[in-house]
Amino acid sequence: MSNIVQRNKSEKRFQFYGLLAVGLAIFLLLVLLLKIFSTGFSAFNQTYLGVKIQIEKGENLSELDARSTLRENLRNMFPEAKSRSDKKNLYSLFSPGAYIEFEEMLEAYDGDVIDGYYYFLASDDLDMYFKGTVTRQGNSAGRIKPSQMKFVDEFVKMNLIELQFNRYLLGSADSRNPEMAGILGAIYGSLFAILIAFVTSFPLGVLTAIYLEKLTKQNAFSDLIETNINNLAAVPSIVFGLLGLAIFLNFFELPRSASLVGGLTLGLMTLPTIVIASRSAIKSVPPSIEEASIGLGSSKVQTIFNFTLPLAMPGILTGTIIGIARAIGETAPLLMIGMVAFIVDIPQGPLDASTALPVQIFLWQDSPERAFVERTSAAIIVLLIFLFLLNITAVYLRKKLEKKW
Amino acid sequence: MNKIPLFLVLLVMTLPAEARDTIRIVGSSTVYPFATVVAETFGRADNGFKTPIIESTGSGGGLKLFCSGKGPSTPDVTNASRRIKKSEISLCAGNGINDIIEHKIGFDGIVVANSNNGPSFNISRKDLYLALAAKVPCGMQDEVTCINESATWKDVNSSLPDIKIEVYGPPPTSGTRDAFVELALGGGCNAIPWIKAFKKKDKSSWKKLCYTIREDGRYIETGENDNLIIQKLVSNPNAMGIFGFSFLDQNTDSVKGAVVDGISPTFETIASGDYKVSRSLFFYVKKDHIGSIPGIREYMAEFMSENAIGDEGYLLDNGLIPMPKAMRAKFQKDSKSLANIQY
Repeated sequence: MSNIVQRNKSEKRFQFYGLLAVGLAIFLLLVLLLKIFSTGFSAFNQTYLGVKIQIEKGENLSELDARSTLRENLRNMFPEAKSRSDKKNLYSLFSPGAYIEFEEMLEAYDGDVIDGYYYFLASDDLDMYFKGTVTRQGNSAGRIKPSQMKFVDEFVKMNLIELQFNRYLLGSADSRNPEMAGILGAIYGSLFAILIAFVTSFPLGVLTAIYLEKLTKQNAFSDLIETNINNLAAVPSIVFGLLGLAIFLNFFELPRSASLVGGLTLGLMTLPTIVIASRSAIKSVPPSIEEASIGLGSSKVQTIFNFTLPLAMPGILTGTIIGIARAIGETAPLLMIGMVAFIVDIPQGPLDASTALPVQIFLWQDSPERAFVERTSAAIIVLLIFLFLLNITAVYLRKKLEKKW
Repeated sequence: MNKIPLFLVLLVMTLPAEARDTIRIVGSSTVYPFATVVAETFGRADNGFKTPIIESTGSGGGLKLFCSGKGPSTPDVTNASRRIKKSEISLCAGNGINDIIEHKIGFDGIVVANSNNGPSFNISRKDLYLALAAKVPCGMQDEVTCINESATWKDVNSSLPDIKIEVYGPPPTSGTRDAFVELALGGGCNAIPWIKAFKKKDKSSWKKLCYTIREDGRYIETGENDNLIIQKLVSNPNAMGIFGFSFLDQNTDSVKGAVVDGISPTFETIASGDYKVSRSLFFYVKKDHIGSIPGIREYMAEFMSENAIGDEGYLLDNGLIPMPKAMRAKFQKDSKSLANIQY
């Protein structure tokens, strides 16, 4: 028997270990978040170059060719760029998106004379240099060669280079030009997939749980089902991808890469989690309430739907949201059904080809272009916000629906 | 009540499968950055076609999907960072695909690089073989091999720096790894006369000897992510890394490519074929789908145009190395005439 001093000491030690564990976990999480935010934050702005646009009266603005007009105005700013290669170097500071922006500007422009400085999207190489991601060595910086740097220096001298809000990141789908790439397509894909996963797995899961918990007798068959469901919850997600490929694509011939198939596959993956969570929630409803309901003449089904299910709902919803949150972050099962793909068009419905947020992150982090590094982190930030909102909803629903008895 | 789940499943399943108006492309992750740029340009052009959908499945996986059959549920095009194999052609033929159009688009160099803060390397393919292979000759005279125990680059070649051999590279599933092993280690093997002679006698043992990378921790598999390798190199100036030229091109402010066999990896040396560790990139088109899926011919034309893969083409910005003009002309002609693959 150890004495009281020793026991107190060991208690103190244990408390200290616990504190250490929590502290370490928080520290690591902070390091991770700090790294992601510090890398990704700059992606929400991007570099724009100012061009002096002069268009005289008499021209029909919406009929002008945006590409050649913008280039002509650029040449007027830099009359010293005469040779073909010099001009090419000058143009290469702009993104292909600059011409699209100029075209939109011309179409929307009221009036018939343009005279002033307007800002257009710069190339990803210049973006990286201006943000300081790529450091300058002498007269070059990464992919910006001395022959381009002289124009960059001119722009800096004239104060015509600035950061503006990155409207592409949240407003467009994937692109191979990092400065024009966005995650809107992926967000839609994720939303469709999650909605479908929820719609299919939630009723299936809850009804399975009710059947197993309340309507069937405990026998070898129900034991077998229970064991299998518990096993399924631990199966690696890629296996569900293979299942989705075999059933939805090969057998039912649903369109490849569609978020419908992704949603169904993720739904299958979430199903065991929902069943397990729902069963334990149903189990924890006090039998006295159900017995009272039966005693007052309700049938079994009436009791389940009027008393058991409402009381179990907070637990069921918490389990479901945890399952869905896991599904949001999955890439592996989507690989098998063709959602890991380059898709430029924003999906209009669940039958259109689309990617999902984690897939977009996966694709970007593997791209050679430097500018994708910060955009990858920015996409992670958006995904984290998504998950945060889901978890907040889970907590809110639990608080709101929780009943005391 | 318990019939509802079954009903829901059936309801979802009866949705119609859509006819396809978008080109589907699968295949190599090395060709992916180029194919996607072409697809985006193609989609943005005012031609009425949708932007093709491109999946990055790896060369082998892509060809397997491609050869799995005809019809809208199979891909129309597959990208490959190596040439199609005989076995894959017969797999295709077995599934009724007899007409395949081969397109070579250009070259991709594989570089051995280290941090700008590290020493400069001037290395031969033989040094790479002696440093990275699992088994190497014990002495130069007797034709016996031992387990590779070289610990520093100086052990391999006295003119190399005296630092630990520590190489980050892709895993065996990667096409880059296949190409590196074949071109660099295989090439290095052939610089040793008795091993070269041995190749004629017993090719499979020769392959085993030359293509097997050591597994004692000197070669560190870093997953199929070249950006990760570059990060490792920046934080460890003594380490080397193996990755594609386009990643070197994007990161010249932090890493530099080693000179291999006297040639440094630049755009020009890879294009001229002087830099030896480079491979060809391909895409294959299913001829039967031309006509039923809209836009395939136009996509082929866009990809093979001088505007894309020519000496001044836009893919050069993404790190593609163009072919010599004559070779380009041959593949452009074959593409136009839809000529069947010659193997």
